[in-house]
Amino acid sequence: MGRNNINLILIIVLLAAVIWIDLPGNPGIQIGNFQRSLQTQLGLDLRGGLRVLLEADMPAETQITVDEMNDAKKILESRANGLGVSEVVFQVAGNRRIVGEFPGLTNTSQVVQTLKQVGQLAFVPMGTKPVPEGTTIKIDYTQVGTKTGTIPENKLPETTTTGTTATPAADGTSTTPEMVYVPLMTGADLDTVSVGRNNVGKYSVDFKLKETATKIFGDYTKSHIGDTLAIVLDNKVISIPQIQSAITEGQGQISGNYTVDTANDLMVQLKYGSLPIPFKVATSQAVGATLGQDSINKSITAGIIGLILVVLFMIFSYRLPGLLASLALAFYAALTLALYKLIPVTLTLPGIAGFILSIGVAVDANILIFERMKEELRAGRTLRQAIDLGWSRAWTSIRDSNITTLISCVILFWFGNTFGASMVKGFAFNLALGVLVSLFTAIIVTRTFLHVTLDSLKFTEHPRWFGL
Amino acid sequence: MDLIKHRYLYFLISLIVIIPGIIAMVLWGLPLAIDFTGGSMLEVKFDAGKAPKPADVIKVYESLNISDPQVQSSENDTLIIRSKYITEEIKDQVVAALESKFNSKVEVSRFDTVGPSVGGEVANRAAITVGLAAIGILSYITWAFRKIPQSYRYGIAAIIAMIHDILVVVGLEAIFGHFLGWEVDSLFLTALLTVIGFSVHDTVVVFDRIRENSLIHRNVTYEKVVNHSLVQTLGRSLKTQFTVMLTLLALVMFGGVTIFHFSIVLLIGIFSGTYSSIFNAAPILVVWENREWNDWFKPKKQADQTTPA
Repeated sequence: MGRNNINLILIIVLLAAVIWIDLPGNPGIQIGNFQRSLQTQLGLDLRGGLRVLLEADMPAETQITVDEMNDAKKILESRANGLGVSEVVFQVAGNRRIVGEFPGLTNTSQVVQTLKQVGQLAFVPMGTKPVPEGTTIKIDYTQVGTKTGTIPENKLPETTTTGTTATPAADGTSTTPEMVYVPLMTGADLDTVSVGRNNVGKYSVDFKLKETATKIFGDYTKSHIGDTLAIVLDNKVISIPQIQSAITEGQGQISGNYTVDTANDLMVQLKYGSLPIPFKVATSQAVGATLGQDSINKSITAGIIGLILVVLFMIFSYRLPGLLASLALAFYAALTLALYKLIPVTLTLPGIAGFILSIGVAVDANILIFERMKEELRAGRTLRQAIDLGWSRAWTSIRDSNITTLISCVILFWFGNTFGASMVKGFAFNLALGVLVSLFTAIIVTRTFLHVTLDSLKFTEHPRWFGL
Repeated sequence: MDLIKHRYLYFLISLIVIIPGIIAMVLWGLPLAIDFTGGSMLEVKFDAGKAPKPADVIKVYESLNISDPQVQSSENDTLIIRSKYITEEIKDQVVAALESKFNSKVEVSRFDTVGPSVGGEVANRAAITVGLAAIGILSYITWAFRKIPQSYRYGIAAIIAMIHDILVVVGLEAIFGHFLGWEVDSLFLTALLTVIGFSVHDTVVVFDRIRENSLIHRNVTYEKVVNHSLVQTLGRSLKTQFTVMLTLLALVMFGGVTIFHFSIVLLIGIFSGTYSSIFNAAPILVVWENREWNDWFKPKKQADQTTPA
């Protein structure tokens, strides 16, 4: 079996995999840790939604560390959960910006309100009947002397009675959602927070209180062993640890079924409560869902018509090789779509435009090869020679021209990335991916198709099949 | 076929397209969108037949003390209103005011707002991006053509062709911006950068032939080598251009309003890119090889004798 036949078999196997991935209603892939749902991801411009670019509200010369940005991102993510929409994405863009994307939402004010909401951490005594995790409760922060949303400077409950006044309320049998809780301490009383492992090797979150809070906490825990002290972030109960012993050293541990990641998330929330860096909305874009659906229908139509026109043109001007190239082109389109689902690539309008343009690139590679082939045929070579020569001579121009396109793509991608301009980024990525896939189809697929089909033919008997 | 002979005519044609564009840029400036200047864009859809006149909407904006409102009517009872930067809260006020004043439900199909700080930075960074792309391409071509003498000339000629295409696209955009209200936004920037990529792509294919031929035909004049290469690659250039145009035409005709402008810019740019690689980049190599600028300011007769070869 020759090399070409082996290639052909590999291509057919790949094609089968590609078609399986491309089919709608595909169950998805699950191999160990590798999971892909294989759904086509649509960008906000196509399905409607809101995009907000947040910028650190600090003087430009202030240094912001990568950790601070990542922590801010995590906090924003947990706040956005309050919006009740799935698939909210936050991304750090550059040194001082974070992009948030909210599919399906167009009410900018609501989203911005939720994001601007200040992370307020409270330790709320709940007695022996705590509300479940995830419950939203009402808290009267004025009782602990916290009036503003930011973590106050060393402000403490004036007396321990604040804690005890809370206790009857929390202990009360009438635990209704309307109940207003009074916290024992707030995030302001924490000195340090870290992730630790307890003696059985489970992950936990360790904290150390500031000196002034140590006494209050000590007194409270001494008299309330067995009670629950809920940890509440932004009025949402995130953890309900039970007091197991009196904590007089001002050090405590929150244990539960934590993994490294969940313990770390809780640590970040406890540590910062509020964002480590203040943010302001630099840009926002909202697209209604109808506009999006309209765009997607139209660009799909445009793509299909474009592809048909190109196929007709290729067959018209190159005859048999043109037909083979069209097959290779269909393979190219199917493979690229499969990659979009696998990676996964979020499709935006410019992204689709990038894909349609990359069809042009893929066709160009074929045209370069066929034009060279025709020249070699005119020079009297046999078909087999013409294919190999045409291919190898066209290769340098295909390579160099595509590398220059790739250079532009890389720079464009970088540009898009620093600004959170996901449109530009999507375009650059799809064009680059298209260029790479088109190189593969030009090198492997078109060539194999040509050899397998044409090697046994005598060119001299059928010059018209080649448009000569 | 002698494609090189009329090189000065090609340069003239390029100038005829580019110069009005430059004049438009100087006279009217570039119609920068809020992406670059900062500001807000609100696209609202009214109930059928209830879309108000732009002037009335401007009054609403003025009553809310929002400066510089510009209103553009669009199809389907839709209005596009641009103004200075407004926050979400003010947008809500605007929508409420529009609803009560014009007695119609007002659906926000798009609301973009860009703070002034980001805008300026994007424009800056865009310029750097183009500059970096040029340097990257120049370096690569100089390296890829290292086997033939003066390989840097190929890189520079490709960059000149690229600048040609940038000027054509940006200049026409300035003209369209003035007469049709088109704007330079980040989609335009994306289109421009694609044009740059394709322009160089095309030029490299032509130069690749020159590279190959100049290594084979060492005894032929450079001008003939270049011309021969152009003729050989002409079929491919036109066919590729044609297929890309086909896909772009499909985008223009069926792609919808959102990418209409984008597709038109690409169409112009890709055409210009093919033109410049055949009729500017390659002839520039010949002009450079012959050092023809020595003859430009000599008496006319002498210049005419040196040009045909």
